[in-house]
This record gives sequence, structure tokens and C-alpha cells, in this order.
Amino acid sequence: MMDTINILIFPGLIFTIILALFVAWVDRKVTARVQWRVGPPLLQPLFDFTKLMGKETMIPGQATAWLFYAAPIMALTGALVFSFTLWNANLYPDNSMVGDLIVVVYLAMIPSVAFMLGGLVSGSPHSVLGASREIKLLLGDELIIVMALMVVIIQSGGSIKLGAILDYQRTYGAVAWSPSGMIALILAILAMQAKLALVPFDMSEAETEIMGGTLVAYSGPLLAFFKLTQWIMRAMLPLLLVHCFWGGIIFSSWVSILAGLGKLLVFWVIMILIRNTNPRVRIDQALKFFTVWGGCLGVLAMILAMLGY
Amino acid sequence: MSLKIQALTRSIWVYHLATGSCNNCDIEILDCITPRFDLERFGIQLVGSPCHADALLVTGNMTTKNIPRVKAVYEQVPKPNVIIAIGTCALDHGMFDGSYTSRVKVDDILPVDFYVPGCPPKPEGMIAAVAKLIAQLRQ
Ligand code: SF4
Repeated sequence: MMDTINILIFPGLIFTIILALFVAWVDRKVTARVQWRVGPPLLQPLFDFTKLMGKETMIPGQATAWLFYAAPIMALTGALVFSFTLWNANLYPDNSMVGDLIVVVYLAMIPSVAFMLGGLVSGSPHSVLGASREIKLLLGDELIIVMALMVVIIQSGGSIKLGAILDYQRTYGAVAWSPSGMIALILAILAMQAKLALVPFDMSEAETEIMGGTLVAYSGPLLAFFKLTQWIMRAMLPLLLVHCFWGGIIFSSWVSILAGLGKLLVFWVIMILIRNTNPRVRIDQALKFFTVWGGCLGVLAMILAMLGY
Repeated sequence: MSLKIQALTRSIWVYHLATGSCNNCDIEILDCITPRFDLERFGIQLVGSPCHADALLVTGNMTTKNIPRVKAVYEQVPKPNVIIAIGTCALDHGMFDGSYTSRVKVDDILPVDFYVPGCPPKPEGMIAAVAKLIAQLRQ
């Protein structure tokens, strides 16, 4: 019974979706405030989603229809399974399975792959361009995420269990408060920026350049699924950061749950501010940034972590 | 009023289509989303692809060469949608009246729902049009 509630209501499906809608609103509101605007009302993402669900779906003539339908569903499924795994590790640290850190990294990749697939089969030159950029970007940011997580693994004594990482931080303090942890956190935030397609790494969706990239040919409910996936990832990747670098969310009382969600919002607002104060870089600049600068800093952080700093 | 229409009136995504305008109307449209007017308060957003749009803003005097392109874009806008003709040009050619490049008007080709006159119309005018449009959709 408790399991069912945990999966379907709190902190599973329904709570994740509410959190995702809220996070999407925070994004638009903070962006609006940065630009001295008023910004949309709290329920705006819900209106957008409902409206898209009620619209007609159009399949472009050149598209491969079954993949065109399958990609949004695959994206949403991937994002939801990712969120379940993370919530489960936060809720029952002792109960998490061996190696779920690696599983989580793979699950976080599924929405990106689905976006790519959707872009590649929809038969529009803009979306194919967006998909090819997404592939290249994935090569860059995955490397950085893995390096940042390596620092966490080394610090918490070589464990690849999400639960064990939490236990370590609850006894010895958050990973982010050590020099190596701080470097890894900064790298991870930048890599998440790329994973979530936020400026400065939003070339796969550059609205002013390739008109929304991978999503250009999607409409109606399929677009709604993609949008929801995007919002869920925008809530869950900061949660992964909170989990690995800042002690996770402690489910003992309402106060501690709210404090945990507060940490999540802190990371998310940092990402929004980076997004609002930077220009878009080119794909080759992004790759060079990730492989050269990111790679060097990542190795440095790993060495520091091994030396015990 | 159905839930569909209710959600639509609170989240109108706009695709803006220039059919041979002098570009001034287009600039005035962009003014509507600047901090001074901030149409995002009402959930109105400019989108980059006609497939995402709910409202098609047509500006300009519809040159002959643009007719097939305009039709192609219109076919990509998913239903339910509204079409708004912006500027005197889009209404009846305005200052380009009698030009050999444009023989037809926008509403000969597209089922226009709303007309906003002016050369160019002020952002206030467009916002008034959108407010009336929302009121009408809600009925
Ligand atoms: S109505 Fe006036 S401002 Fe608008 S496109 Fe025509 S000439 Fe330009």
C-alpha cells in the first residue's frame, strides 16, 4: 500500500508532475523578473499543457510515423523512471540497489536520445540540424557529468549506490563543502545546463536560429509530452545534484522535505540566472569548452578527491 | 465553455508571418512582448514554428509570389486556431494599393478572424484586439 502511494502520489508520479509544472513556472517568472517584466501566472504551465493536449496532432508527410509517435512517449517514460529511481533512493537510502548511480546516469540520457530520435524522423531540416547538435553536445556533457560523479564516488569511499552516497553525506557533511566537491559541482551545473538545453548550451533548440530545433515539427499532445518531459527533467536533474552534492532530501518531517525542495530550487535558480545572463555559444565552442576546460578541471577535481581534499 | 477553449484563451502561442510587409508592423508586434507591454502576463508567447502556434499574425500586402508559401504555413497550424490580419496592408493593401506585385488580399486566401487596422497599428491596439479576441472565444 505504502509503495503504491509512494509511486503514484507522493513523491512519485503526481507530485513529480506538480513539481515539474512549478519548476517551469519558476523558470519563466525568474526570467521575466530579470528582464523587468511581470511574468506569467502560477498556473501558466498547466494551461499550456492542457491547451496542447486539446489541439490537433499533425504528422509531417516526410516523417516516419511510428517513430514520430513513439519518441515523445519514450521521452516521458524515461523521465518518469528516472524520477522514480531518484525519489526511491531519497526515500529509502538503505533500500537502493547496487549500482543505481550508473542506472540513473543512463536513465537521464533517455529523454535526450528520444528528443534526437523525434528530431531525426520528423523530416524537417531544422529538426535534423537540432538533433545532430544534440548528439554532439551529449558527447561533451556526458563526459563532464561522469567526471563530476566520479568525485562524489571517490569521496564517499568508492560506492556507486545512491543510498550510500546519501549516508556518507549525512555522517560527514555534504560533498559540495570540500574543494574537490565544489569544483565538481560547478562542472556538473554547467553540464546540466547543456543537458537541459539552456543558454549558453541551447544550440539544439535555438529558437532564434533553427526555430525550436528538434521539436519544430511536433504539435498537439505529442508536443505536450515533450514539454512535460522537459519540465520533469528540469526538476529532476537539479534533484540529482542535490542528492549527490548537498545531502539530498530527508523525508522525516514536512520542514525537512521543504528544506530539500528549497535546495533544489537554489540549484535551479542558479541555472536560470546563468541562462539569462549568457549568450548562446556555437556547438564547436561548447565541445571545446567541455573537453578542454571541463576535462582538465574534472581531472583536477578527481586528483584532489583522491588526495582527500 | 469547454476546457479546451478555456485553456486556449489563457495560453495563446503566436506565430508571426510576414507576407511582404514593410517590416514596421513586425517590429510593432515584437514591441508587445517587451517589458513595457509584456504579453506573457496573459500567457501569450511568440513561437518559432507554425506547428506550435494557436494564432497566426499575418502582416503585409500578400505578394503574388508569397501566396503558395502562406498557404503552406497556414496548413501547418493545428486546429483550433485563429488568424489575425495586422496592419492596413493586410486589410486592403494600404499604401501599396495598385501595386503589380500584389493582386489579392489576405482574406481572399486565409479565413481571417480579426483585423487590426493601422499603419503600423500601435501595440496598445494589438493588445486591445487580443483582449476582444479572448472575450469572443470565451463566449
Ligand atoms: S501596414 Fe504600414 S507599417 Fe504595416 S506593413 Fe503595411 S506599410 Fe508597413
